[in-house]
Amino acid sequence: MMAIIPATWDMYDMFQAVIQAPAYHLIFEALLIIWIFKLMFSKAYAPNKTILTEKEKEELIQEWQPEPLVPDVPDDHPVLQAMNNNIISGRPDKVMVINGKSVVNMASLNFLGLLGDESIEAAAQKALSKYGVGSCGPRGFYGTMDVHLELEERLAKFMNCEEAILYSYGFATIASAIPAYSKRGDVIFVDEGVCFAIQKGLIASRSVIKYFKHNDMDDLERLCIEQQKEDKRVPKKAKVTRRFLVVEGLYAKHGDICPLPKLVEMKWKYKLRIFVEESFSFGVLGDTGRGVTEHYGINIDEIDLMAACLENAIGGAGGFCCGKKYIVDHQRLSGLGYCFSASLPPMLASGAIQSLNIIIDDPGMFGKLRNNCTLIHEKLSKIEGMRVVGDPVAPIKHFSLSEPSDDRDLDNRSLEKITQEAMQRGLALTPARYLEHEEHNLPLPSIRIAVNVKLTEEEIDTCINIVADSCQAVLSKSS
Amino acid sequence: MPTGKKTYWESFEETPLYAAIWTYLGYGLLVLVGHIRDFFRNIGLERQKSCTEPKLPNSNLWVYGSILLSEISALYLYIQMLEYYDLPKCEQDDTNCCYITGFVPLYQSWESFYTRNLYRRIRDCWNRPICSVAGATMDIMARETHDHGWNFNLTDKKIHVMNFGSYNYLGFAENEGPCKDAVEKVTNEYGITACGSRQELGYLDIHKELDELIAQYLGVEAAMTVPMGFATNSMNMPCLVGKGSLIFSDELNHASLVLGSRLTGATIRTYKHNDINDLEKKLRSAVVHGQPRNHRPWKKILIVVEGVYSMEGSIVNLPEVLRLKKKYKAYVYLDEAHSVGAMGPHGRGVVDYFGIDPKEIDIMMGTFTKSFGSSGGYIGGTKKLINHLRCHSHASVYSPTMPPPVAQQIIASMKIIMGLDGTGEGMRRIEQLKENCRYFRRRLHEMGFIIYGNKDSPVVPLLLFMPAKIAAFSRECLKRGLGTVVVGFPATPIIESRARFCLSAAHTREMVDKALDVINEVGDLLKLKYSRMELPQWCEDDKNANHLVQQH
Ligand SMILES: Cc1ncc(COP(=O)(O)O)c(C=O)c1O
Repeated sequence: MMAIIPATWDMYDMFQAVIQAPAYHLIFEALLIIWIFKLMFSKAYAPNKTILTEKEKEELIQEWQPEPLVPDVPDDHPVLQAMNNNIISGRPDKVMVINGKSVVNMASLNFLGLLGDESIEAAAQKALSKYGVGSCGPRGFYGTMDVHLELEERLAKFMNCEEAILYSYGFATIASAIPAYSKRGDVIFVDEGVCFAIQKGLIASRSVIKYFKHNDMDDLERLCIEQQKEDKRVPKKAKVTRRFLVVEGLYAKHGDICPLPKLVEMKWKYKLRIFVEESFSFGVLGDTGRGVTEHYGINIDEIDLMAACLENAIGGAGGFCCGKKYIVDHQRLSGLGYCFSASLPPMLASGAIQSLNIIIDDPGMFGKLRNNCTLIHEKLSKIEGMRVVGDPVAPIKHFSLSEPSDDRDLDNRSLEKITQEAMQRGLALTPARYLEHEEHNLPLPSIRIAVNVKLTEEEIDTCINIVADSCQAVLSKSS
Repeated sequence: MPTGKKTYWESFEETPLYAAIWTYLGYGLLVLVGHIRDFFRNIGLERQKSCTEPKLPNSNLWVYGSILLSEISALYLYIQMLEYYDLPKCEQDDTNCCYITGFVPLYQSWESFYTRNLYRRIRDCWNRPICSVAGATMDIMARETHDHGWNFNLTDKKIHVMNFGSYNYLGFAENEGPCKDAVEKVTNEYGITACGSRQELGYLDIHKELDELIAQYLGVEAAMTVPMGFATNSMNMPCLVGKGSLIFSDELNHASLVLGSRLTGATIRTYKHNDINDLEKKLRSAVVHGQPRNHRPWKKILIVVEGVYSMEGSIVNLPEVLRLKKKYKAYVYLDEAHSVGAMGPHGRGVVDYFGIDPKEIDIMMGTFTKSFGSSGGYIGGTKKLINHLRCHSHASVYSPTMPPPVAQQIIASMKIIMGLDGTGEGMRRIEQLKENCRYFRRRLHEMGFIIYGNKDSPVVPLLLFMPAKIAAFSRECLKRGLGTVVVGFPATPIIESRARFCLSAAHTREMVDKALDVINEVGDLLKLKYSRMELPQWCEDDKNANHLVQQH
């Protein structure tokens, strides 16, 4: 709500200027104002200002034809076809049913296999019989249930932070958090590989956005130095220009990990506030699943704000931010998606609490997950004609053509065919989908393979064989 | 039947002059005291109790110094205030002792002035945690504060109150009954999440069923869902218009619509709330003059309106908007968040209320958090529109589909509203809500409160005006067993602070009567009966009709 007040440096600047201005300057300003008034009240001289008659206006209105609201999308558009042909019945667990056929699932982002967990469902059902489904109100207006408070507390404790704030939707989390702090005139340095939610948050903030090359610290440093020069030039502005650094822990679009130690170094060197989006690393990286900070052994206090969604590894819904109280609390009045939307259904909050219990009780699963990830990575990289992008320990693998053609559509179609082949052989895969015209820095077309901790070694072998066979079937045909 | 244009009745009674003056004086005093206290905080006489950024020696000090003179004169006042606001006793927080050098402060100090000095005093009126279903009644967990609202602690005490704050219009916030049973079953079958986006194997059969049912319910060709109502607006609007298009947005549109409009990149113009003449004037000029600077014609023009405005209780003048739409060939985006289920003889929203064919609206949007007691939002329209959104909407590509239990709650409650469950329960609820609204609004008018909005709207704002009365009203009502929502600046214009009641089909007549008694009592206590308007004709009519029924 406070976001309504324009927080710009120039107000501060103006205030200072008035106080410091010498007398002759003030007199000059006063004269200027008088002159402006004179101009305003003297007759305007407008030689060729045409004034339309009512009839002409009517004609213009008659003539105007708007564009159609949306372009035509045929019913057999490949995306629609893929969606309608692959409707899942029942729960998308490790093994799921598509069109009555049971297939192994390497598409759902269910890294820890918590989606199929019965104790989570039981916890959700228990909450259901206490709270019903919807909370019927935003957090401010009786939409705060005790389970929301409990989940926030548990998340903060799990992450060793002072405070956590819960959102009802993963996408809205970081997209609301960024504009809550960064306003017009502020500067944000961003890795160019960030996900779409961050990109939307950046646009909503109306700040100055400076993209640096993906995981390229030299490029970031170059931009920082540029900014420093600019700051020296206008020191007054620099004094009120906040600078942020936004990165992802594990990049959804690339499957690699950010160089956090170096980023933290930059933070202190160039006085940036660092926000880390951990949707894919929370509950994945680190020995106990605490994310990229644990992966590198960095104290979470070095990070100003950490955000993650609960929709991937945790197998729930919603998202959260955590950090120091003085930072996080600000969102309770300024996070748009927090203030102006109903809170997370309490039964889903209860489910997430149970998920947390599970991962705290059994930290062994993170080691297992990492084994599966490296194993799959290794096996995938042996498949001919294909290439696997990203870090071996990442639970998502972008599996793309090793020799992409110039035609993106053609590659997309080949990959689509591979997934169809695999589906027939009993393995569910999905191409990574993007809005190609809206993405900043579109990655190469790929199949996004998600690793599930519950996959056994034999299952992995069978799956990889299916992948290899499907690739061969499609690639040999096309070449 | 209260349908049709003839019975469209809305009122926004003018603020009485003396109320306005007192309100401004009230804010003036608060701001003055706020400045003085900030000054004392800055020079270290008063301890900073808000959780602020670890501070460096203050560089703004001289600014404060320069206004010191004007404030010193108010010192006397401050010393008197000390009796009420005793100086802080709490210890300095250790974590705040470290200094962060060289960083630009995260917040400008005047940015949080309002929060620190005004909102904080009455913070207890918001974010009240509850520990039960948000149904007709609820259990509020009592909180206490030892430092005038800086921090709250939960106590063990629970306060059982009537709930006139939640958006539970049709009473589907329930923890028992057919909906709950169905959801329980689905949770067993599907788990609680889908772990994938619509296009990346997250599309379950239950989502297909839901999409089809919604289309049938709304009377449109096709529909699709998004797991969050807010995101339904902010993530889908950018797929509809873009640069070179023009959006006409009602000035009181919800934050999600404002954000969605901003993300489109189109030019945005606002018009006065529900003012058709203003809209027509601006539309006309836009079509005639085209884009500024290059004067090319606009690509598309989109009019964005809400069905029921949640802060005003007003209903969009839809027939007139549609007339303009046809005349100027604009498109209409209708957000039915607060009206779907709650308005119209069949609970199909304002479209149903006015008896309009839903196919005339280009984009029908709404949420499930309100009448359906669930979560998420939908967009309905032509097959062409929905096909486009399924392929190109941010929500279909980048975010997971609706959790199955949430989807099932919608299916179950929607079937009840449509009468597909074979009982008359849905109609009963719709009737009950309608009756409650008319009755509640009429009684408040009779008592002499200033009430905003349409006579049939389930959202009932009651004007409080003064800042002190915001808190007093909320606290006094709570004490008497009525939980309600109060809102002030910046969510409303500065002098139009208000309490807001949301009626529900779950409220019985006895409960409504009880609530009215409480409001009456508190209204007398706080002298809130500002209205000088004559009792509207429909109140008389309703009253007479009621008498007739009772006599029979
Ligand atoms: C008009 C309007 N649109 C959208 C929303 C957001 O809906 P949700 O709470 O489901 O996110 C609201 C809720 O307050 C609303 O009033």
